Amino acid sequence: MGGERSAGIDIGSRSIELVLLEDGEMVVSRRLPTTFDPLRQCRTLLSGQRISRMAATGYGRELAAGLAGELGLPVTVERITEIKAHALGAYARFPQARTVLDIGGQDTKAIALSGGGKALKFEMNDRCAAGTGKFLEYTAGVFQIPVEEFGNYALEGDEAPVINSMCTVFAETEATSLMARGVKPQNIALGLHDAIVKRTVNMLNRVGLAFPLVFAGGVANNPCVRELLAKALSAAPGEELLTPPDPDMNGALGAALWAARQD
Amino acid sequence: MSNAAYKEMWEKLDLDVPAHDALLEVLGKFYGDIYMSQQGRLQGAEYLDFVLSEVHGLRIKEIQDAKAQGRKVVGSFCVFVPEELTLAADAVHVGLCAGADAGKEAAERIVPRNTCALIKSFVGFKLAKICPFTESCDMIVGETTCDGKKKAYEAFGEYVNMYVMEVPQCKNASDRDLFKSEILRYKAELETLTGKTIGVEELKRGIGIVNAKRKALQRLTALRAADPAPISGRDALLINQISFYDDPVRFTAKINELCDEIEKRIATGEGVAPKGTPRLMLAGCPMAVPNWKLPYVIESAGAVIVGEESCIGTRNTRDLVDEEAVAKATTMDELVDALTDRYMRIDCACFTPNDERLDNVTALARDVKAQGVIHYSLLFCQPYAHETFKVDKALAAAGVPMLAIETDYGMEDVEQLKTRVQAFIETLE
Repeated sequence: MGGERSAGIDIGSRSIELVLLEDGEMVVSRRLPTTFDPLRQCRTLLSGQRISRMAATGYGRELAAGLAGELGLPVTVERITEIKAHALGAYARFPQARTVLDIGGQDTKAIALSGGGKALKFEMNDRCAAGTGKFLEYTAGVFQIPVEEFGNYALEGDEAPVINSMCTVFAETEATSLMARGVKPQNIALGLHDAIVKRTVNMLNRVGLAFPLVFAGGVANNPCVRELLAKALSAAPGEELLTPPDPDMNGALGAALWAARQD
Repeated sequence: MSNAAYKEMWEKLDLDVPAHDALLEVLGKFYGDIYMSQQGRLQGAEYLDFVLSEVHGLRIKEIQDAKAQGRKVVGSFCVFVPEELTLAADAVHVGLCAGADAGKEAAERIVPRNTCALIKSFVGFKLAKICPFTESCDMIVGETTCDGKKKAYEAFGEYVNMYVMEVPQCKNASDRDLFKSEILRYKAELETLTGKTIGVEELKRGIGIVNAKRKALQRLTALRAADPAPISGRDALLINQISFYDDPVRFTAKINELCDEIEKRIATGEGVAPKGTPRLMLAGCPMAVPNWKLPYVIESAGAVIVGEESCIGTRNTRDLVDEEAVAKATTMDELVDALTDRYMRIDCACFTPNDERLDNVTALARDVKAQGVIHYSLLFCQPYAHETFKVDKALAAAGVPMLAIETDYGMEDVEQLKTRVQAFIETLE
């Protein structure tokens, strides 16, 4: 038998992540798409794992309440919001962090941190998924490019046209009319990335952006968003703008850390 | 009484009975989920349950009986319409339905889509013929508090007997003069409507009734400073909502009884939530019946609401008509002056500037010992959306964190609201 094992599960709109910590070390880090049956995906992630404590976050966190009993795990599932989870995760990775940005599947969150990794103030996008991972996924589809490659594709652009609309549907209309005008598709892609970054910078400013800023969530994997964000904020990557190696796991890590704190 | 017994009355009022039945069914279920599920409610909440269950039944019957005796019924949508005068004319004063998505499509045929949910709701209730209060009114009094309302009243006026009071936008001497003349104009209108003359004695009586009602609500507000919170925010909001519907004298007696019960509860250290439960205060736009969405989200997230800075809350109850001035008054002019002074103290976001609201929000947060404030703006409500920034700043200066929420009556954002509210509560821990 090993030591105490704390599980954090982040049930997001696009993917579900599981992190297991044993004596403070990450021993499991796994991820599955959410699909239409998130509970089944959770079971797949958790089955066969030895777990002493558990916390759930993400929009599906309430789903996890009954999971432990169902899987015969002798734990009570703590539930925390994504805001708290991301603050905890970012602080654990980068104790000097002052702000966290999480761009996930359907939410963007900007969180101002206090010294101890506690969320002081936060901003979230409204009910609509404008300017989130979903926006990139959808617009990448218009270009018939997998979302994972969309950032590199956009980086081939050299001049970004201004895309005014943040609504996914209207942005597609704008992109289509730019194509009809003969604008290079890579440039249009760059313009779409630029639109997300502008919106994100506004949100960061509303919580009183302070550096270092930790960029987490699935969209932090996109090199074009990272580059444009660093440029827009005049932030030095690796110093003022920090991205964990596995940014999608940040919420699950935060939840696991919260679970580890429980008696 | 069963709904069947009221069916004839509703038909007489020309309600769309099947649509109205559907509304009552939804309302009943909603009330069950949000209210009846609460633990540790006060005994006095039975009164609230009863009034709500009979809001379109027994209360409407009472109003019809009053009408049969020759009394007139006046409806309003705003705390600027002086109930004191309505009562002085021996008329019934009711707040009208405006808190649910109803008749939205019909409403959007006569008001723009980007109109706030409250306005669309009262227009929709009328066009869909599902509000027995609206249908019972002999006159509906509007007011010029915001552009949305004042233009909507033009459209609404094609369907009801509409009367509009002009509410000034500033608080200079000339504005006070304007509102005083509007109070006098309303008095004359009431006298024409009812055929009765409002004299000094009648107005003193009207002021007495409404002051007593506001005092009972002030008493309730003060008692909510206790920790553990003796009453849920949902029930307190419901009390404020009912204050616009029920007979004012009966309401005052019932709320005073409920406050007696609360005092006993406080003395034994009992509450609706354990001591130390996060205490939040609501501020901003009014929540008309049955708009319980945000309070329900907040209290389900493990916090308790300890105050409502809104028109259906302290904006309506904070100020009394000066009792000393009323006691001394021997002329109508003195009474109307006292009324004018009271109404010109309302800190509605329609005024510019409106800095007293900032002081009032901060003072209430302190008095009810709120750890945080949730500022609620109805989508498309410009005046309160603007003040969100100022209130945030004023509260920050007083060391009280604030979360700004903008929403409407739709249920599609409940999950996002839950996340925001829970995250806000986490930041307070």
